Amino acid sequence: MDSQRTLLVRRLGIVPYRDALELQRSLVEDRKAGRVADLLLLLEHPGVITVGVKSADAREHILATPEALQRMGIEVIETGRGGDVTYHGPGQLVGYPILDLRPDRCDVHRYVRDLEAVMIDVCGRLGVTARRLAGMTGAWVDTDRGPEKIGAIGVRISRWVTSHGFAFNHTTALDAFSLIVPCGIREHGVTSLEALGVSISRADLEGEFVRAFADVFGRRAAEAA
Amino acid sequence: MPTPVLMPQMGESIAEGTIVRWIKKVGEKVDRDEPLFEISTDKVDAEIPSPVAGVLSAIAVREGETVPVNSVVATIGDADSVAVNDGSAGVDGSTSDETDGEAVPSVTAGAPAAHADTSPAEPANGHGTDDQRRAKSSPLVRKIAKEHNVDIRDIPGSGIGGRVTKHDILEFLDHRPASPAHVPGTTGHVPAYRPGESVEIVPLSVMRKKIAEHMVLSRRTAAHVHSVFEINFQRIAQLRDRHKAEYERQGAKLTYLPFILKAVADALRAMPVVNASLDGDNVVYKKDINIGVAVALDWGLIVPVVKNADAMNVFDLTKAVTDLAGRARIKQLKPEDVQGGTFTVTNPGIFGAQFGLPIINQPQVAILGVGAVEKRVVVIDDAIAIRPMAYLTLGFDHRLIDGATGDQFMSLVKRQLENFDPVAV
Repeated sequence: MDSQRTLLVRRLGIVPYRDALELQRSLVEDRKAGRVADLLLLLEHPGVITVGVKSADAREHILATPEALQRMGIEVIETGRGGDVTYHGPGQLVGYPILDLRPDRCDVHRYVRDLEAVMIDVCGRLGVTARRLAGMTGAWVDTDRGPEKIGAIGVRISRWVTSHGFAFNHTTALDAFSLIVPCGIREHGVTSLEALGVSISRADLEGEFVRAFADVFGRRAAEAA
Repeated sequence: MPTPVLMPQMGESIAEGTIVRWIKKVGEKVDRDEPLFEISTDKVDAEIPSPVAGVLSAIAVREGETVPVNSVVATIGDADSVAVNDGSAGVDGSTSDETDGEAVPSVTAGAPAAHADTSPAEPANGHGTDDQRRAKSSPLVRKIAKEHNVDIRDIPGSGIGGRVTKHDILEFLDHRPASPAHVPGTTGHVPAYRPGESVEIVPLSVMRKKIAEHMVLSRRTAAHVHSVFEINFQRIAQLRDRHKAEYERQGAKLTYLPFILKAVADALRAMPVVNASLDGDNVVYKKDINIGVAVALDWGLIVPVVKNADAMNVFDLTKAVTDLAGRARIKQLKPEDVQGGTFTVTNPGIFGAQFGLPIINQPQVAILGVGAVEKRVVVIDDAIAIRPMAYLTLGFDHRLIDGATGDQFMSLVKRQLENFDPVAV
């Protein structure tokens, strides 16, 4: 189809979490006002634990003491996305789509399933079989230890404009997740491409995500200058 | 016509939604398409806009509750129906019509004009009260009358339609018999001393008299409410330690105050209603953020104003406060240095107070009192910790600012102080 909407891709490199929050907030306003096209922000955060608004228990899902976190330079930030507690840090590919889901994709479940599809698709291209796990949003890989999560999702929607998005473990230091109960799910672990023995450069992985994202969402990707 | 607000269907397979947060409170105005509440469903939080403009008149589903799609979660009433409530001091609109008629003029009578010492403006008062002359006198005249405990109906009016002018009331005050109510900070009818009691009588200084008048005027005018927040100053203490030497090299002493001013300025920008005044039946939103800082002097108190505080970083604020306080102490302030304040910060903590309950500096609508920062034992994530803590008090005028709004303002200040962005230092 020629009439595909443009998806502007911005590769931002390492961005502190708070700065990214601010950036998203202003881009969401820009998107609502039609000042920008659909966007896909690709970035990486310095070590940070973020807590979603939903769960009153979320703070209980941080296992480390404040003192320990401080020693490690990991901040805890409350954020306006859905979901429980998660960790972001070096080696993780974070994607924040700022999309207007109108007119044809106004369905929050469909949006979440689509984000899962993007991560599952990328895994597939790299020879990793990932799948959905009923009732547990994200992309999961079956290992000897049972299903482990490779990609997490937390989304905010305001007048059908999306923010936040997904976090995919590329070479993430997985022991950082022992600081928390990821997404409040105690029984399953976390994995990364590296832990699964897949080696790919950051730039190539981002390229895979752009391709898969454009594919799943029916957008024509363009790199921002 | 009240409009029901329904739990929206955010997707085909979605049968229910959980309300995580009400963005608007009952009684608040909402525009069409303005965010009204947030719902949560399967890793997605969504902001739901209001279907119509009006006033949120009832909330049927509380935060944390889950209801099926298309359930009524709230009701939005007409904007018009609440215009009456806005005028009266009643919160739940339960006042009867008669009391409304009385309450509105008396509230406006106490309201200071934002420009009290310029010539009186035309009164914007169209209420059907039984006393036309009273309704027609200007806010300034009503203010003077209130200050001097005078009933305007006792004054012969020379203005249009018998209106009492500023000249009339001043004339009346000049010629009336000396009254005990004339004393600033009146003690009412209780004599200050008994004949024969051992006392020393010293006339008030001009400054003392002004402070007395101003404070009593404010107490009479504003419906004072105070809200106290405890704030963890750990982050500010760290930033202060980190930058202290650097500031000293540039001749500035870094205290907690400029951090607080920065947080306050940002919160005021986010919440214009706190940076406002009441003028009769109007709200005057001040576009500039000018923060007065109370400076204690041996001979009284003065409140120099940091102009456009929102445009300054911590360093600029430090310089501005040091300069103003220094000049206040050597009596070198210019008149413009103490004018135009839109909000005030006062610091009882420097004298050891845990927290104060400050009186609003008219015609402003809120004031922040800063208590002493001291190390306290606190519980953080179920662990006992020692942190530098302080109580901050917001004194606000309930005629304009409801508790929820005042607390929202304080939450912003708290959040910023506890997560202060080092870039602003």
